[in-house]
Amino acid sequence: MTERNEYKELTWQGLWKNNPGLVQLLGLCPLLAVTTTLTNAIGLGLATLLVLVCSNATVSAIRNWVPKEVRIPIFVLIIAAFVTCVQLLMNAYTFGLYQSLGIFLPLIVTNCAIIGRAEAYASKNPVKQASFDGFMMGLGFALVLILLGGIREILGQGTLFDGADLLLGDWASVLRIEIFTFDSKFLLAILPPGAFIAMGFLIAGKNAIDAYIEKKQPKVETDKTIERVRVNFEG
Amino acid sequence: MKVAVQNNAKVLALFAIACTALVSLVSWFTKDTIMRQQQQQLLNTLYEVIPAMSLNNDLYHDCQIIQGNDYLGNTEQQTAYIARMDNIPVAVAITSTAPDGYNGKINLMVALNVDGSVSGVRVLKHQETPGLGDKIETRKNDWIYSFDNKTVESVNDLRWAVKKDGGMFDQFTGATITPRAVVKAVKNTALFFNENKDDILAAPTSTCGESND
Repeated sequence: MTERNEYKELTWQGLWKNNPGLVQLLGLCPLLAVTTTLTNAIGLGLATLLVLVCSNATVSAIRNWVPKEVRIPIFVLIIAAFVTCVQLLMNAYTFGLYQSLGIFLPLIVTNCAIIGRAEAYASKNPVKQASFDGFMMGLGFALVLILLGGIREILGQGTLFDGADLLLGDWASVLRIEIFTFDSKFLLAILPPGAFIAMGFLIAGKNAIDAYIEKKQPKVETDKTIERVRVNFEG
Repeated sequence: MKVAVQNNAKVLALFAIACTALVSLVSWFTKDTIMRQQQQQLLNTLYEVIPAMSLNNDLYHDCQIIQGNDYLGNTEQQTAYIARMDNIPVAVAITSTAPDGYNGKINLMVALNVDGSVSGVRVLKHQETPGLGDKIETRKNDWIYSFDNKTVESVNDLRWAVKKDGGMFDQFTGATITPRAVVKAVKNTALFFNENKDDILAAPTSTCGESND
């Protein structure tokens, strides 16, 4: 595979075909818990993206020095260190958002998408590709977060970008859009069951699109039918 | 075999040291900013419950640790910030805990004027149900302002309850437990202040603000 094709493939894998949120279903805990508003979703998405790029790059850079037997604890160490750094930085510079993300920021450590990519891709590939893979996987995850956060905020509160000033500074409070107002909020969308339902619709939507595309291009290749595996170890 | 184990141990230790060093470095760089943010946050809340123009002392550092016992929510240490105008006390902001919220404790900041009336109340921390109990936050609802200028007359002051229980404070549709807990906590804090007013105001200025971070 030429290098260019490889990047194209990584983009395709991260954003669509092997999306951590929609296909691998990794990191569901923060995905479902934090997406009550768009701002929270963007905040956690960016934090995860940053950690994923840093951890992938580091894991890839040290892949030749780490003995196979102890690689997992070392990956965990690296990921935990980066998450702690991101957490400290967010505590210092985006204090309001840090408070509204709460426990889910340190919980990035346990996001299986991160250690999954470290093990499946970064530990076997050069730094450049590994960082790119981390970026695309992180972006894929962040996009699902943002989509889910947007849907739940519109349905639940009738707003978009509520509390954006917590993330971006005071000027961002003008971003807040009031789409419609209710007397009382649509609770189902804000509470966790709403997250599961919305997530289900997103996955169904993705599968429907895949099925539609497959139907439009019949019999191009029939040997690759199983594509919905949880973690793709093709490396 | 032994060599392999030793080698692995060495690599692990090396990474542990490197990661710890990285975290310590970031922690060292952000320490001051984080502390400033927390102070700023607390100070903003303090100035919301006690108008800034009614005082001219260093509110954040004019404080003391108090033991509220049953009144301020079990045995936790609470802090009282004393607002003074030209060294004459005008109001006291006391942190308090409502132990019986719907989802655990609700941490409050209750400011009382020296005459015993409530100057303002804010929620510092809570885990109440979004959309129902979280109306105690100012950005969701104006409810918390309903305490302003109210006075607790006695322990048996029946007006200090939600309307459902015959009192003067609204409950929220679908959520009575949260406002009930907050009303009770504010009432208890006011009672505590009435009983211990002289002690709190007479105590020398300490600097708990620094050790309390």
